[in-house]
Amino acid sequence: MNNTEKKKSRDMASFREIGLLLFIVLISIIIEVRNPSYLTVENFMDLLTNTSILGILAVGMMMILLTGGIDLSIGAVVALSGMTASIAVSKVPSLNPIICILIGCGVGLAAGVINGFFVAKCKILPIIATLGMMNVFRGLTYIVSGGKWVSAYQMSDNFKAIGTTKVLGINILIIMAIVIFVIFYYFINFTRTGRYIYAVGSNPVSAEITGINKTKVLWLTYSLMGIISGFAGVLWVSKFASAQGDTASGYEMNVIAACVLGGVSVSGGNGKVSGLLLGTLLLGILNNALPLINVSTFWQNFIQGAVILFAIIMNAMVKRRADQANLRRRKI
Amino acid sequence: METRKIEGTKTFNARSFFFQWEWLLIALFIIINIFNSGISPYYLQLDTFTDAPMSFLDKAFMVMPMAFVLLLGEIDISVGSTVALSSVLMAISYNAGLPMSLAIVLCLLVGTACGLINGLLLAKFKELPSMIVTLATMTIYRGIALIILKDQASGGFPKWFNFLGWGYVGPIPLMMIMFIIFAVAFGILLHKTSFGRQLYGMGNNLKACQYSGIKTSRNKILVYTMLGLMAGVTAVFLTSRMGSTRPNVASGYELEVIAMAVLGGFSTSGGKGNMVGAIIAAFVIGFLRYGLGLINVSSQVILIVVGLLLIGSVLAANFKPGGKKKSAQKGT
Repeated sequence: MNNTEKKKSRDMASFREIGLLLFIVLISIIIEVRNPSYLTVENFMDLLTNTSILGILAVGMMMILLTGGIDLSIGAVVALSGMTASIAVSKVPSLNPIICILIGCGVGLAAGVINGFFVAKCKILPIIATLGMMNVFRGLTYIVSGGKWVSAYQMSDNFKAIGTTKVLGINILIIMAIVIFVIFYYFINFTRTGRYIYAVGSNPVSAEITGINKTKVLWLTYSLMGIISGFAGVLWVSKFASAQGDTASGYEMNVIAACVLGGVSVSGGNGKVSGLLLGTLLLGILNNALPLINVSTFWQNFIQGAVILFAIIMNAMVKRRADQANLRRRKI
Repeated sequence: METRKIEGTKTFNARSFFFQWEWLLIALFIIINIFNSGISPYYLQLDTFTDAPMSFLDKAFMVMPMAFVLLLGEIDISVGSTVALSSVLMAISYNAGLPMSLAIVLCLLVGTACGLINGLLLAKFKELPSMIVTLATMTIYRGIALIILKDQASGGFPKWFNFLGWGYVGPIPLMMIMFIIFAVAFGILLHKTSFGRQLYGMGNNLKACQYSGIKTSRNKILVYTMLGLMAGVTAVFLTSRMGSTRPNVASGYELEVIAMAVLGGFSTSGGKGNMVGAIIAAFVIGFLRYGLGLINVSSQVILIVVGLLLIGSVLAANFKPGGKKKSAQKGT
């Protein structure tokens, strides 16, 4: 899948991905032994459906992390765009679903542009800028909705179909997630702008010296994240058929966790789409399959956290080993 | 050698940005109070200034050690979960028959242990970003609290325990006295001891500090342990004020505490800030919320105001001619 580049520095990344894959297989075997209904097509489709929004958001977050930034506001942007779209549809029930999606993406884009302005233009640290904007967007969500929910009966069937239609027996959310993953894989690996994102993250100074417009790349990245969050917001609201003020609150941490599990470095410049896919899948399995083996939902947080901690520590250990081996080779 | 360094840095501080920043914060505080007194004729009374702080002092306990963490260029987003875990364990152990005083000691110990674990992990795996490690421990601590208490609440504390959060000594709330004691202690620790100077050094140039024989790992562990201890203190007062506890208590506290410290002039890229500024900032945000609450502004609008205040304050700091612009890429 990703053996296109065989540079030595990439060996470690692929080693990590094999480890991750083995871990997923191991967990799957354990779950399957405890409950044979786990590895059925039906269950796996459910699992993927429930994970696809996480995956879509993780794609955007990976770009942000690649630049060395972070976006804490995406949970709030998901809520704001989902709320705006669902209010629009509750006011005008005949609204075309595609227009709803466009409304959501538009709101998300606006939010992303504002984030990007503060981070790229004003040079505020991403964590602070997006933390502040998280409060603002979350507050706006409550103001837009007047503190009320938009419930299923206020939404048109067409709108609810955005997140529930099946094409060839596959939920449309899964297809959308796959399409976004493919587009993003192409964008980040084979377009100039995509490579700029890596360059800005791995060495901002030299990126600027070589003539990359860092401000523009950063701004673009945050705007893209905004569009993706807006899109995910519409999907979210449509899938759950309810828009609330606290929709997706704290979800940014899940998304960051998926990225980190997939080997995306939060200090920028490191990370692959294939890893991200595996990381998202692992988090999805942890979130969705544990109830199948009668693990109480109260244990989920703990297990999720423990797996993240385990994964990052293993990453660090493997990296140390690799560095040591490199050094030893150099000595001889 | 060292004393000369302290003096040198001090005059630099006084002349440049920090000194003015505090004045700006004080001006902001006064403006907020004028605004508040315009709202209600009963506002400008001694009672207001002793009562209002009780609504935010529980968080303010964590601002000071969080400032230490930010000073190192690190971050800790697990404090909210630490508060929840210590609070839950205190309630459980009391209801299991432990005397209340011992339960409080246990609460402080649990907080300290949580902080110590963060510190040890970060000192042992220096290459891991603190954001990610504490993201994992955040999920784990909250997860343990959930496992212990499930979706229940636990309370029924003795009367004297309520006194901690609600009681007065003369006209002054007990909590305020405790806060002043801690604030003075942390202020002295940061500005009058070599430990404090080492923290500034570590935030500015970690390598140089290592080479000059400063025990950087030990300092980092100490700082995180202190933050854990103060999270325990917060848990005691918060639980006392609420009268009972749930596993989802204090969620989102980490971001509020970070916002207070950043408004106070501590940059998340480390190396700058002043304890007085952080404490004033805690009062600025606290009184702002209190005042907006008086005129019945919904808590959502308050969210927006706090978010904008956070970004505005960092913007102001960035555009100061004396303030050095730091790269947007560091310290995430």
